[in-house]
Amino acid sequence: MTDTTTSKASPASLAAQARSRSTTPAPASNGAAEPVAEQVTGAQALVRSLEAIGVDTVFGIPGGAILPAYDPLMDSGKVRHILVRHEQGAGHAAEGYAAATGKVGVCMATSGPGATNLVTPIADAYMDSVPIIRGITMPITKHNYLVTDPAEIPRAIAEAFHIASTGRPGPVLVDISKDALVAQTTFRWPPQIDLPGYRPVARPHSKQIREAARLIAEARRPILYVGGGVIRARATDELRRLVELTQIPLVTTLMARGAVPDSHPLHLGMPGMHGSVAAVTGLQKADLIIALGARFDDRVTGQLSTFAPYAKVVHADIDPAEISKNRTADVPIVGDCKDVIAELIDAITADQATRGTADYAEWHTTVQGWKQTYPVGYTPAKEGLSPQYVIERIGALSGPEATYVAGVGQHQMWAAQFVEYSRPNSWLNSGGLGTMGYSVPAAMGAKVAEPHRTVWAIDGDGCFQMTNQELATCVINDIPIKVAVINNSSLGMVRQWQTLFYNERYSNTDLHTSHDARRIPDFVKLADAYGCEGIRVERAEEVDAAIQRALEINDRPVVIDFVVERDAMVWPMVPAGVSNDKILIARGGAPLWEREA
Amino acid sequence: MPKHTLSVLVENKPGVLARIAALFSRRGFNIDSLAVGPTEHGDISRMTVVVDVDALPLEQVTKQLNKLVEVIKIVELEQATSVQRQIVLVKVRADASTRSHIVETAELFRATVVDVATDSLTLECTGKTDKIQALLAVLEPFGIRELVQSGLVAVGRGPRSITDRALRSA
Repeated sequence: MTDTTTSKASPASLAAQARSRSTTPAPASNGAAEPVAEQVTGAQALVRSLEAIGVDTVFGIPGGAILPAYDPLMDSGKVRHILVRHEQGAGHAAEGYAAATGKVGVCMATSGPGATNLVTPIADAYMDSVPIIRGITMPITKHNYLVTDPAEIPRAIAEAFHIASTGRPGPVLVDISKDALVAQTTFRWPPQIDLPGYRPVARPHSKQIREAARLIAEARRPILYVGGGVIRARATDELRRLVELTQIPLVTTLMARGAVPDSHPLHLGMPGMHGSVAAVTGLQKADLIIALGARFDDRVTGQLSTFAPYAKVVHADIDPAEISKNRTADVPIVGDCKDVIAELIDAITADQATRGTADYAEWHTTVQGWKQTYPVGYTPAKEGLSPQYVIERIGALSGPEATYVAGVGQHQMWAAQFVEYSRPNSWLNSGGLGTMGYSVPAAMGAKVAEPHRTVWAIDGDGCFQMTNQELATCVINDIPIKVAVINNSSLGMVRQWQTLFYNERYSNTDLHTSHDARRIPDFVKLADAYGCEGIRVERAEEVDAAIQRALEINDRPVVIDFVVERDAMVWPMVPAGVSNDKILIARGGAPLWEREA
Repeated sequence: MPKHTLSVLVENKPGVLARIAALFSRRGFNIDSLAVGPTEHGDISRMTVVVDVDALPLEQVTKQLNKLVEVIKIVELEQATSVQRQIVLVKVRADASTRSHIVETAELFRATVVDVATDSLTLECTGKTDKIQALLAVLEPFGIRELVQSGLVAVGRGPRSITDRALRSA
């Protein structure tokens, strides 16, 4: 008989553990305080529940079915509702809010199209493990509720927040019927949370930790493969200590940029399809991969069968279903990265006391050689403005305390490569799903969550046209984000693939937003129409002044239309489906390996 | 592909069966047999799922099942260490010349006659899947007019109870 259940904690102790971990006040499951009980409508119960759980901001649009909830919401002194222009904007804003702070983001929509428009941001949040809540249905959510009894609303809300913010974070949908919203009920708080089947494992197994420490001590060419889970687990301090203690080189994935400062000498950069030569090759040649909160996505591994052929794998993740899913783990560790790394540090320290520190000198020399020979760079455009230069300057002038939010495509990759990150949660993007249109609304959410920070939406001309209507929301609600439109007048990443793999046949990728004397639309005029500051930049000499001006304006959003050359490409590149050994540093250019030999 | 029998303890709430079925179908696994019913605890239901799948994908689907919030526990029951039963109701063509033959066959399989008509007999039989298949093979020549089968149910041998342990940990 095979017993496949792993968790044994009692729900009460688990709820307590979740409370101490999460900044979201979860309701007590055995309330010490005097419980509240009064007659209200389901809609009032919903608003009261949100207030009681500590929600300060909700993004949404009203409509027929959700109207009853908007009435009591108007009277709430605690919950600020931000009226967006499209439900997708509400969803991404809640994601941006959650990703910037680690708190649970909340969005609201009405039935029918309101709900279906939320599908994209919910799926996006599911892929990138972002905790958001709200009121439709199947596996694009971590869990979902259909509430038809108004008395069930407070419990559903409390459970939803608990599930969204604990374990592997993820979106939870609470679908409340209109009947339940208008009916009378007794509001009781705190509600009893009863989730016998939900007990996420946080503490790693000590035997597995010791085994991982042993492999680390024996390895000659180890590498830390750091994923977004480290950021979601708020484990970056522990990670930095682990790096100092072990001196193991590391890579940070697209979801983990900023987990360790890019300036750290052992940081080899981003792995994957557009990763640095040092990061990609470091994984390929490693004899031990320590994967922390990462999931061996195909964008990282390339052709899976030839990925890291010499490496044993230690794989730590809070979600057991991710472990050994794509690459078999030699040492699987189920646990929260914060606990896993802390315990690894203890085990390695003990190991070092007896065996001494492992010697990776030769490996250091090798990886440093790759890093110095093949830094991520670009060839400036002969004519026109280089998009990479623009992004590099935005990062240099805005600094590490700013938050950078990208759309999806070439500009996203350049923003991952050419902004120097040193702070977790300073880089937000749609990694797993790749949702164009994420940038502006997510930047809006991040700015609402952390109004003191400079928040840059680094967007493309394609993405920007999907969700720029939220600039209206930003102006009206005084959310002064800064938008850099990297305008190459085309769907740049698709165009790059057409250049490389489709004989330069540019089928339906020209957007006419800047080249050939057409600006449809004119983004400066569009910014002006919204009441934003609009700036156009077409030459390298103008870049710094425009960014400086944007940084000085804080009473309204700023949109800079950076008209860039359209033939710039994202390099390095591992073409889809081939081995990571076939990394190209430029069109037709592979690194010269014999030089290191 | 080998058959695997999974006992899945779930919260007795609406929508749970749909979530579990969707999980199997999304991965292209065909559910061979499914039985759902209450347990000795009012708020827990037990599903017995038989799937045709290799060990590795089964492990993945088990991990995914464990992630469903309403799933309390999953236990794989091996043939050798569990009692596994199915029930079948089968309506067989029967006239005066064949009736006694059919009744005799039923006795051999410890099946019982639950309905009699002038030209048919309905038998009820409980047992392991292979016993039921053997009975059906013997009845086949008489002419099977209608056949209905329950999902497989299974329980581990010995004094241990998976529901007990599930509740203790809850």
